[in-house]
Order: sequence, then structure tokens, then C-alpha cells
Amino acid sequence: MKYKSQKVAYWFFALSMLLLSLQIIYGFIMGFAHMGYDNLHDFIPFNTARAVHTNLLVVWLLSGFMGAAYYIIPEEAENELVSVKWAYIQLISLAVVGVVAIVGYHFNYWEGRKFLEIPRPLDWLVVANVLLFLGLILFTLYKGKKRTTTSLVLTMGLVFAALLYLPGMIWFDNQTMDSFFRWWVVHLWVEGVWELIMGGILAFLLIKITGVDREVIEKWLYVIVGLTFISGILGTGHHYYYIGAPKYWLIIGGIFSALEPLAFLGMALFAVAMYRKGEKKHPNKIALMWTLGTAIVSFVGAGLLGLAHTLPQVNLWTHGTLVTAMHGHLAFWGAYGMIVFAAISYMMPNMTGRKLYDSGNGLTAFWLSNIGMIGMTTAFAAAGVAQVYMERIMGLEFGDVQNEIQVHFLILVLCATLFTTGVGIFIYEFIRYGQPTDEALEQHP
Amino acid sequence: MLSKSHARTFFLGGTILSFAVFLGLSWHTLSSEVPKQTNEAGLTPEVIRGKHLWESNNCMGCHTIFGEGAYYAPELTKVYERRGDAYIKAALMSPVPWSPRGRKMVAYALPESDANDLVAFFKWVNEVDLNGFPPKPKYKVSQNK
Ligand code: HEM
Ligand code: HEM
Ligand SMILES: [Fe+2]
Repeated sequence: MKYKSQKVAYWFFALSMLLLSLQIIYGFIMGFAHMGYDNLHDFIPFNTARAVHTNLLVVWLLSGFMGAAYYIIPEEAENELVSVKWAYIQLISLAVVGVVAIVGYHFNYWEGRKFLEIPRPLDWLVVANVLLFLGLILFTLYKGKKRTTTSLVLTMGLVFAALLYLPGMIWFDNQTMDSFFRWWVVHLWVEGVWELIMGGILAFLLIKITGVDREVIEKWLYVIVGLTFISGILGTGHHYYYIGAPKYWLIIGGIFSALEPLAFLGMALFAVAMYRKGEKKHPNKIALMWTLGTAIVSFVGAGLLGLAHTLPQVNLWTHGTLVTAMHGHLAFWGAYGMIVFAAISYMMPNMTGRKLYDSGNGLTAFWLSNIGMIGMTTAFAAAGVAQVYMERIMGLEFGDVQNEIQVHFLILVLCATLFTTGVGIFIYEFIRYGQPTDEALEQHP
Repeated sequence: MLSKSHARTFFLGGTILSFAVFLGLSWHTLSSEVPKQTNEAGLTPEVIRGKHLWESNNCMGCHTIFGEGAYYAPELTKVYERRGDAYIKAALMSPVPWSPRGRKMVAYALPESDANDLVAFFKWVNEVDLNGFPPKPKYKVSQNK
């Protein structure tokens, strides 16, 4: 850690880990409901559990991104954060908005639009919160000595993510229009601007961990985010096949979304190549594993499993089945969950001055969580493929099919237990690091 | 060899070009095609009230519509055709959880006027031209249940 203000990152990470724990609890509630044990129905019906599960996911990831940005931007810009006090206010307001929304979901206070369930009045609080965050980041960058490509790409990702939230706030009478713009948020986030955030954090970590020349890393960063947008923007069309939009989206969406995995492949090759090239052998092996891990698992979860159902001929049959949930889990985990874990693993020792990274616990956490998540993905895949064949191709009733595939949710819950154990160990290590301290400050070069 | 400034040009140029094409196509879709494919004239006050009810109860938190939503309860795009209004209204107005095959739906016990609005919404949804979704099953298996 080079600047005292970087310490605020810690509290964003702590909030992130807390919300992740809650997200997992609601995941189990849904896993059991799919198995036929919907015992909490009267208090937490499935739609409540689902809205909480996915919204907590988005908020813990955002909190993790924000923490990473508060750490990275001062170091890259070579300047203290402009106001630590306001950063804490932003943290608290983020937690408050998140908690109010989640509590509201238990009392039928929501808008049933997948992933955008936060009611519009609360949306304005989200907007205020994000503006405050961006203000702090942009002002720090503006006053800083340097504007590196890494910090610019990261900031661009954050600014665009904020802008793209807005189309999701407009009301439409027509369900097709509603869906059309919902994808401007959901798709253009995860297959567009969030990849810039991921790329920016990844580049920062690779520069620090491998010691490869910044110019080389940042050149490839541009190529990767270029591929992201060229494929991802028109790739939005893969959500327009079957919602009441014209047929040309089948061609455009099909072609461009099939190119999207290239950006993730680029990310994986890039991370591995930089690791091979690097002369510096950084002692923080755990951070290195999460960094390479995120690049590789995102290629599998988002790239390959996305490709598996993105062509219109396939998507016609799989659209809106458990096949989508299979891909959603490994993609979110690999690309965005793991990059947050990578940032935390690299930054915690630097903020607290305690070098706990050569413990076996870190390795166990990495392998258990990843093996667990891959198992969960496989369980969803088995359930999803069986559903497509029985319900869509053979024409059996939805409910009968669901009763047939219950057993896959037993496997899901078992694998989720492995995953949760891994995450639990990671959080245990996080707590063991303790709080950040000024004593961890490095001498300025 | 590729230089950093070439890479930056590739990124900026590619982004601006893609985004421009995307905006153009979106404009065309929304201004001239969607109104036709979705029969915008059919968006009566009942349908719109039905959509409000659909959202304020987060039905999408269990069901899908146009293939979007959750995977816990049946796809409802063609529910009007499949079940008809009486069945749909019974499910919505039931004071105990509707549960034909084991899984429970929330017991909404809606007043009849709200149930009618939702039926109007489903009827509109049923008629939207979805380019062939949901596909017709290739086989029709007989179920002995
Ligand atoms: C990190 C990146 C990605 C994440 C986090 C992600 C996540 C998701 C999620 C959560 C959904 C469900 C969305 C909803 O129904 O509201 C979804 C749908 C989909 N994704 Fe991804 N995805 C990613 C990348 C990709 C890529 C690169 C491709 C294609 C190559 C792809 C193809 C699809 C398709 C075709 C659907 C629609 C499924 C359906 O018709 O039900 N995704 N994705
Ligand atoms: C560990 C325990 C977990 C369990 C048991 C679990 C289970 C589930 C279940 C049953 C669903 C609902 C599918 C439906 O609509 O029927 C779901 C949705 C979802 N979960 Fe999880 N989950 C867990 C963890 C996670 C994690 C760690 C992530 C992200 C990194 C995640 C991301 C998602 C997403 C994106 C969806 C929406 C998928 C879609 O709509 O296609 N879940 N989860
Ligand atoms: Fe997408």
C-alpha cells in the first residue's frame, strides 16, 4: 500500500463478503425448493428468495469493484483519494440502499423485472450513491500525477456501468420494449462494460504480480476491451431473438455473440502469457492463482458455456430453461466473483501488513470453491438438458418434468456445500488478516 | 508489431462503429417493427393494468414470459391458449396456494377485476409475434396421469 486512503477498500471488501454470505443462504433456499422442500414458502416464497439471491450478487460484486477501485486509483494516479470521509459515507449509503431493497423484497415491495427488481424510487438512491462514488474516483484521477491506461479503462467501465443503469429505469407499457431495454442494462453490463472493469483490475494485478512491463500489458488490454465491445454491443441481439423484435436480430445477434468468447479467450491467453513472461516471482501465490483462475474460468463459464446456447437454432429450445442458470452461475463466478477474490487476495496483505498468503487455507479455499462451483454447473446442466428434451422436445408438462429432475438439485446442494466451505475458508482468512493499518505503508520510491 | 496506439485506435474505432450500428438498428426495431409485431394498438388499459400487476407481484420471480424470468414455474407466454381464462382466474383468485403438481404458487387471492386484467395481459402476450418461440414439441408423448 502506497497511500493511506487506500485503506477504505477494506470496508468495501468486508461488506462484499457479508453480502456474499447472505446470497448463498438464499441460494440454498431455492436449491431445496427445487428439490421439493419449499418449507419456507409462507415467509420466503421462491420469488423473494430469487430476487434477494440475484440482487445481493450484484451488490456484493459492485462493492468489491468499488473497493478495488478505491485501492487502484490512488496508486495508479499517484495521489491520495480526494476525500476518505465521503468514501465512508458512500459505503454506508450503499449498504443502506442494499439492505432496504432486500428487506422490501420480503414485503412485496419490488418490480418484477429480472435483475432490476429495485423499485424506481430506490433507484434514485442508487444513482446518487454511484454519482458520489464516481465523483470521488474522477476527482482523484483528475488531481493525480498520472493517468494510466489501466486506470482509464477501469474508470471507463465504472462510468459506463452507471450510465447504462438509466435505460432500466424507464417505464414501458409494452412488455417487448421493457425487455428490449432491460437488456441494455443486463447484457451490456456483463458482456460489455463490466469486462472493462474486470480487464482494468486484471491488468493492475498482472502488472504488480508478474512485473511485466506496463506498456506491454496495457497494449493487450486495449485489444481485449476492443474485442469485447465489437462483439458484445451487437451481440445484445442474442436476447432479441424471441421477444417480439424483428428477425434480423437472429443473424446479427447470432454472429456477433458467437464472437464474444474471443474477448474471454484473449483474457485467458493474456493472463497466462504475462505470467510466463514475468521475471518477478511475487510471493503472493494465492493472489496469482485467483488472477489466473478468473481469466481461465471466465472463458469456460462465459465464453464456452455462453457459446453453447447462443446460436438461434439452439437458443430456440434452451431459451428460458435451467440451461441458462447453468451458464449464469459459472459466468458470474468466473468473471466477476473470482476477480473480486483476486483483488482481495492481493490487496489484504498490503493493507494490513500481515503476509498470511503462504498458508494452506488459501489453497484449500481456492480449490474447494472452484470444484464446488463446477459441480453446481454440472448439476444445472444435467437438469437443464433433461428439461429441454422432456418439456420442449417431447412436450411433457412443465410440472411433471420438474418432478423428474429433482434429483439433480440434490447434487446441486451437495456441490453448493463444497463451494460454501471454500468460500467460508476464504472469509475466515479475510477475518484473520484483521483491519488495515498505516504501518503497512510502503516507502515512496 | 502492433503498437499501443494502434491498439487504442482499434478499441475506440471498433466501439464507436459498433455502437452507432447498434443504435441505428435499435431505432429501426423500436420505431417501425415492434409496434407491428406486438400489435401495439391492442395495448388496452386492461392489458396495461395487467402488466402493472405482473410486475408489482414479481411473477417473473418464478415464471418466464417470452422466455425471460425464473425457472421454478411454467412458461406463461402461451398460457392463454393452453389453459383459457377460467383456469388462469382460478389460479390467481385462489385463497390457498395453487399447486397442481406439487409446487406451490403464492396464494394471491386477487379480486376478480385484477384477475381479468391479468388475463387481458396474457391474451395480448399470447398474440405477440415471437419468431417461432416457444417451439412446438417434436413429439407428443401421452402421459398416463
Ligand atoms: C461474464 C460474462 C457473462 C455473464 C455474467 C453472463 C450471465 C448471464 C445471465 C445471468 C443470463 C440470464 C439473463 C436473464 O435471463 O436475465 C445470461 C443469458 C445468456 N447468456 Fe450470458 N453471461 C456472460 C457472457 C456470455 C457470453 C460471452 C455469451 C455468448 C457467447 C453468453 C450467452 C448468453 C445467452 C445466449 C443467454 C440467453 C439465455 C436464454 O435464452 O435464456 N453469455 N447470461
Ligand atoms: C452456493 C449456493 C448457491 C445455490 C444453491 C444457488 C442456487 C440457485 C438457484 C436454485 C437459482 C434459481 C434458478 C431458478 O430460477 O429456478 C439461482 C439463480 C441464480 N444464481 Fe445461484 N446459487 C448459489 C450461488 C450462486 C453464486 C455464488 C452465484 C454467482 C457467482 C450465483 C448466481 C446466480 C444467478 C446469476 C442466478 C440467476 C440465473 C438465471 O436467471 O439464469 N448463485 N441460484
Ligand atoms: Fe447476453
